[in-house]
Formats: sequence, C-alpha cells, structure tokens
Amino acid sequence: MADTNYDVIIIGSGPGGYVTAIRAAQLGLKTAIVEREHMGGICLNWGCIPTKALLRSAEIYHYMQHAKDYGLSAEKISFDPAAVVKRSRGVSGQLNAGIGFLMKKNKVDVIWGEGKVSKAGEVTVSKTSKKAMEPQHPVPKGTKGEGVYKAKHIIVATGARPRVIPGIEPDGKDIWTYFEAMVPPAMPKSLIVMGSGAIGIEFASFYKTMGADVTVIEMMPTIMPVEDPEISALAKKQMEKQGLKFLLEAKVSQVKKVANGVTATVETKDGKKQDLTADKLISAVGVVGNIENLGLEELGVKTDRGCVVIDGYGRTSVPGIYAIGDVAGPPMLAHKAEHEGVICVEKIAGKDVHAMDKSMIPGCTYCHPQVASVGLTEPKAKEAGYDIKVGRFPFIGNGKAIALGEPEGLVKTIFDAKTGQLLGAHMVGTEVTELIQGYVVAMNLETTEEDLMHTVFPHPTLSEMMKESVLDAYGRALNM
Amino acid sequence: MPINITMPALSPTMEEGNLAKWLVKEGDQVSSGDVIAEIETDKATMEVEAVDEGTVGKIVVPEGTEGVKVNELIAVLLEDGEDAGSIDTSAGSAAQAPAAAEVPAAAASTAAPATPAPAGPAPVAADGARIFASPLARRLAKLNSLDLKALSGTGPHGRIVKRDIETAIAAGTGKAAPAAEAPKAAFAPAPATGPSADQVLKLFDEDSYELVPHDGMRKTIAKRLTESKQTIPHFYVSVDVELDALLSLRAQLNGAAATDKEGKPAYKLSVNDMTIKALALALRDVPNANVSWTDENMVMHKHADVGVAVSIPGGLITPIIRAAEEKPLSVISNQMKDLGKRAKERKLKPEEYQGGTTAVSNMGMMGVKDFSAVVNPPHATILAVGAGEKRPVVKNDALAVATVMTVTLSTDHRCVDGALGAELLAAFKGYIENPMSMLV
Repeated sequence: MADTNYDVIIIGSGPGGYVTAIRAAQLGLKTAIVEREHMGGICLNWGCIPTKALLRSAEIYHYMQHAKDYGLSAEKISFDPAAVVKRSRGVSGQLNAGIGFLMKKNKVDVIWGEGKVSKAGEVTVSKTSKKAMEPQHPVPKGTKGEGVYKAKHIIVATGARPRVIPGIEPDGKDIWTYFEAMVPPAMPKSLIVMGSGAIGIEFASFYKTMGADVTVIEMMPTIMPVEDPEISALAKKQMEKQGLKFLLEAKVSQVKKVANGVTATVETKDGKKQDLTADKLISAVGVVGNIENLGLEELGVKTDRGCVVIDGYGRTSVPGIYAIGDVAGPPMLAHKAEHEGVICVEKIAGKDVHAMDKSMIPGCTYCHPQVASVGLTEPKAKEAGYDIKVGRFPFIGNGKAIALGEPEGLVKTIFDAKTGQLLGAHMVGTEVTELIQGYVVAMNLETTEEDLMHTVFPHPTLSEMMKESVLDAYGRALNM
Repeated sequence: MPINITMPALSPTMEEGNLAKWLVKEGDQVSSGDVIAEIETDKATMEVEAVDEGTVGKIVVPEGTEGVKVNELIAVLLEDGEDAGSIDTSAGSAAQAPAAAEVPAAAASTAAPATPAPAGPAPVAADGARIFASPLARRLAKLNSLDLKALSGTGPHGRIVKRDIETAIAAGTGKAAPAAEAPKAAFAPAPATGPSADQVLKLFDEDSYELVPHDGMRKTIAKRLTESKQTIPHFYVSVDVELDALLSLRAQLNGAAATDKEGKPAYKLSVNDMTIKALALALRDVPNANVSWTDENMVMHKHADVGVAVSIPGGLITPIIRAAEEKPLSVISNQMKDLGKRAKERKLKPEEYQGGTTAVSNMGMMGVKDFSAVVNPPHATILAVGAGEKRPVVKNDALAVATVMTVTLSTDHRCVDGALGAELLAAFKGYIENPMSMLV
C-alpha cells in the first residue's frame, strides 16, 4: 500500500509549483506535486523558455541580415520554420526533463493527473480531462497515479491560461493563442496581434523579424502599458523603424474568417472602423487564473476577479489551503510565483519570513529592443506623491553599446528626492533584461543614490549606463 | 509547550552577563519564585527566579559562561506531562535571540525578577561595534533624528531596514538622545589605546606568569576609570582635619546606644559613617558643588547621595547612601553595614550602586596618610580619606598633640572650580571638628 500522506501537496508543477516543492523538501517536509499535463507548466513548455528560443533564432537571423554592418558577408540567408520550432521544442524538452530530475533528486513525489481539493487536507487526483496541447514531452517515470492523497497543507499553483474575448475565440488555425503561435507550421506572411503586453509584443517582434507584415492593436494609449511611457514610446519608435505597425487606443470588435486568413474589424477611439486582413491573428489580451474544478468554491475559498485571494504568505481564506503564482493574482510572472511559493512553505515550516513585497518585482520583455523595469514608473511615482529626481542615460553615450552596434536605448532611474531611495528603474535597449537585476538588488538592499555612485562598475560594459543614469539624476553624468 | 527561560535584563542598560551558577539541574522540579541561577553582571551577582512552574528540561547555557546576551535562551522548562523530547530543536540554537516581532511572547516567559528588556532599545551593538542597517534606513534615521542603536532590525541577520524605521516613527520610539548626536562626539576624543596584549606579554618569559581572565567588574573598573581620567579634568585640594572632638563624641554616642535582649547595641558608629554625614552636610551647605556635568547643562542635585567605595575581592564597588544629609548617623551606620556586607557577597542590586552625587574613599584603616582618588562620573567630586593619627600640631603658638587626618578632594574642574572645592572642604572640616553640629 503506497503511502498517500504528505505534509505538503502542491497542485501544478509550473515555475511556482516546482520551486515550492523543492523548497518544501529542503525544509524537511514530505512533499508531493500534482501535474496533469507537463512538468514545468506553461513557463517551460509554452511560455517563457520556448519563446526565448524562438527569439534567439530571430535575433541571429536579424544579425545575419545585417552582417554587412559588421564587415561580414552572408549570402542566401534563409531559415527553415520547422527547424526553428524544433530547436525551441528541444530547449523546452530539455528543461521539462530537468524538472523530473529535480523532483526525484529532492524526493518529491510526482502524482500524474488532475488534482482537486476534495476537502480540507485531501486532494483527489483523477484522470486528466483537458486535451493536452501537442506536441507533449514524455511523462516522467515513477509517477503516482489517480487516488486520494492527504496533506496538512495544500498549495494551489495551477497558473493561468489565455484570456478569451467572446466572439473572437481562438480556433487554433487562424486565430491563435501563444500555444499555436509557438509552433507555426509555416511563417505567416501577415499577422495581426491583439494586445501589446509582453506576450503580444514578443510574438510581434519575432514574426516581424522572420519577415511577416505585423500590425499590433492595443486598447491603451501606449504599447506595453505597464511600462514607463517614455520607455514604451522609445521602444515603439524603434519597432516602427523595423516596420511594425501599431494601432493604439483601438480594439478589435469582430473577426471574420476569409479565404486564406481572417479579417478583423478594428474600432479606433474616434469611432472610425477599419478592416484589416491577415493570414493569422494572435489573441494576446492577457491571461486568467485557473481556479476552476479545484473544489475551491465548494470549500469556500475566497476568489476575486478570477484569482484566489491570499495574504502575504499565500494563505487563502480556508486554513490549510494556500495559493501561489498566477492563480493567486498579478503580476503574473514566473519569478513572482517562485518567490511567493518559497515564502509560503517557509511560513508553513515555521520560519521567520517576511510577507511578499510586490513593489520590487522586475519585469522583462524580450522584444527587439528589449524592455526591462522594476519599481515605480515616473507617472506612478508622482501619483504616489513623491518629489522625484529622474536620471536618464542613452545608449549612444556608452562605448560598449556603440561597439556592439546597438546605440539605441535608454536607462532611466527615478529617485525620491528627499531620501535618495531608488523608486524605479526602466530600460530599453540591447540586453537590458540581463542588466535590470543590478537595480533589483540595489532596491532590495535599500541602497540610496550615494551607494550606487560609490560603486565601481566594470568598463567597458552596458552596465556603466546604470551608474551614469544615477549620476544624471543628480546632475553629475560624465559621458554626455 | 515547553517554556523558554531567557537571559534576563537585570537593569535597563544591561546587554550581557555571565551565567555564574546554576542552582538547579536538569530534571529538578521548580516552582514560581524558586531561585534557579545566579547571573553576574559588571558589578553585581543577582539571583534569577523562576516565574513558571515545571521541570528543568534542558540547561542550554552551562554555568561559568561569560557574555551571555540578554534574551538569549538559557534553559527550557517543561510543563506537566511534557518530556525532554518535546523540546523544539530550534530552541536549542542558543545564539538566536527572539526576533523583534516575537519579543512580547518571549518576554512573557522570561524568568527575570527584574523587568525584561523592552522591545525597543534592544542591545544592538556594544560601543563602537558596527550596526547593520541599510543605506536607506541610515538616511531615514538621520532625517527623522532616530538613533539606530535604539532600534532592532527585522532584515536579514537583524539588519535594520526601512520598515523598522517606519515602525519606529509610527511608534515614536528610538529618538536620538541629544547627547548622542554626531557633532557632540567632538567633545569626546577617541581614547588612546594602550599596548596590545602581545606587546605586553612578549616582555616577559612565557613561564613567568599566569593569565587570569578579567571578570565583568575588572573590565568595568578599567573602562570607567580610563574614561574618567581621559575626559574629566581633575584637580585636587587637600586639608588636615582634627578628629579629637569627633572621636570623643563617637565614644559618647556609641556608649549611649540602646541594647537589645542579647546585649547587641542598636548602632555602632564608625569614623567613616561620620565622614559620610559630614560630606553630605557640606554639600547641602555648598550646593554648587553638588552637581554633575553634561555637555548641555549643570545638573544641580537636590540631595547628597554619597557613594562609599567598598573594597571587595577582585575589585571594588561603590554602594550609595541616598540623601545622606537627611539621615541620622545611626541610620547611615546601619545601612552602610548592610551594603558593605552585601557588596562583599556581590549581592547588590544595580539601583544600590548606580548613580550618586559624590563619593568617599577611605584608606585610613590601612594606614594610608594621604592619597587622591579618581572621580567616578556622574559624580563631580570624590573625597579621599587618610588615617587618623596623632600628630604634633601648633595650638596657641605652642606644640601640642592632636589626632589628625588628611583628606583630599578630587573634583571635576568642568563643574567644580578651585575656590568652590576649597569652600566645600572648609564646610566639611567644620562639621568634623565641631561634630555636635552634625546632630542638630
């Protein structure tokens, strides 16, 4: 008789769930994780990771097209869409298998199937009802199966799925979500992207680089609406130079299937309507939490606008039931889910841990040019009543950026004038997604402008712009 | 739940102490009020009483351990029906002080007869030690005139972070004392350091000495007196006083003391008791000398609280006769006997030796003719008393023999100038040579 009693059962093996499971095991808790489809969740299988692989292919393709700029020559440049997709799936598969290994290494039991909290302290796992997105990576060996499992603590980490606008339901053929957009059978010649958040803009950037004619439709007045408007305006300008088209303050009111594609009716703010026809349409209008069929409602777990309501330690309104990650509300980011999960199990294990602080969670978008940020935007900082100092440093003033042939971009910092607290940092340009962590560490360690000015940054690097931006906020920038 | 017994704070300023002795062992039953341990601080040894009932489950800090931080777990008490196995292993990591947020709970189970350390001014750092605080916390503390030393941190490893400052602002705690402000540091130059231990030891053959570690008292004496000599400008005034009248009065008074059933007199005055009274009355008469120095103000004391240096094995301590100018000699005498006895046993309470407005150091009984003493702040004066001895004196232009003792007043020149010191000694001499005036 297999042991079915655990300290912690986690439902969902996405980046939040699996990290939570490892941390729980490290803390000596007997842990199991329930997964119905793919180890690693959307992030590893249909999100963060495989898109980065696609974007890498696009980036290299872009450089090959511009080889001449670097004194190189490349002729008959072309690509094989199937090979590009295959590489992306391979990257995903490698990491997917890695999760299985990590679970085994940490002695976390994997239970294959669909988990439901049948009552407090009990998870019933049944056969998966959801049709899996193909192609699937293999199920790890040695998993447990359907049955009733007990645990003192149940953590719901079921993630999120694409939001669907009624009337514009994705059909998987001409109207895509990120699932289909990730494995195109052929490159579309023309594409409409609904939504300019991280997902929409990354696919727009990818398909544009691969040669498609891409139009992005955004309801808000700026693209990537959560970003600092100055940064998103700069990103938009550069993308427009590449040939991307944007329709802002506009929405798709209707999508009709036509021969060889779709026709979308787009309404702009002034009430004008126009029809756009393209091979494909990607619906990237956000994601919604997977809160259904988990037994949460029956148990009286409080939810709000499609997400489970939690406190700073992942605790729901019902003792013994926790939620972390996308299902527990925005920002719906893998790294937020991971940290939320770690705090949750550490609290369960009785560790002295501080509640989740959402004010310093960075965000990265891997379009071309990249966008990365942390903390308050300039308008948000003003709104919060801060008297601010703003520093800016452009890529054109940085030696490394010029040497790379990437002289466009900006590093912007926002300080509280009174205390010198770094309130926010916003960047657009090459490799900024790898730079932002410097500011994240600085913010978490509560550095002031003074400490950043006293820090020696290595030369020649793009990171020197981070210091220059701080200096500029205090009127001391050196290289401009 | 096992009850944690933590290192009590025996005085508000206590940061650490030595666990001198356990009076119970693991497995012993204790009830509330039982003395379970003795704690030695810089000056005193105090008893720790149990506040709860139970069995001693585990002694975490063995006796003889020095420098045990306040609030550190020292033992675990088990309640009825609990066995040692229920002691949480994490409770065994003695070095972990309870996190600030959990202080109220921990304090409730502190087996301290004295008040537990308040959550606010946690002993963050000893003198000069680095206080870990984020740059933003440091700046916010400065902007809000908060003293980081008075705050406890909730960041990693107790680091003070922004939320701790915000909490302190909201609670109104941690305000920097005016004296603690940075500019004032200019008044206190860094004390010069003496030769290092290595420098000293290499002057001697290795087998020519033994090393005896300093106890708390020795360290305190070294620290305070070094501080005194480095920061207080001393000057000295000496005078000879005749004792014959005083000795005669003392004999009369002692002879007149009532006796109890066993024939024990109600009091037995010493010359020292009368010296204490005389100095107290002199300070009453010359109130400008009954002061303490602070950088901002002259502290004018309303009573003469006289500290009396008592030599005890391993050092000395100065218990205080409060408001000595108001007390009859018999009361001073009996109080002094009690304080002296308990001082030798290291059983004085902090309030019995901290403070005071002046002090008397008497080495007459050891045959010392005269000497000068080191002012012990916050006192502004200290009277060094030599032996009373028969000396030739000139009276009415003729040689005569009188019992004379030499006293030397050391003063803090910042608040007691030369003439004032002389005036105080003149008043003292008046009382000693006309001792009847002490009785009225």
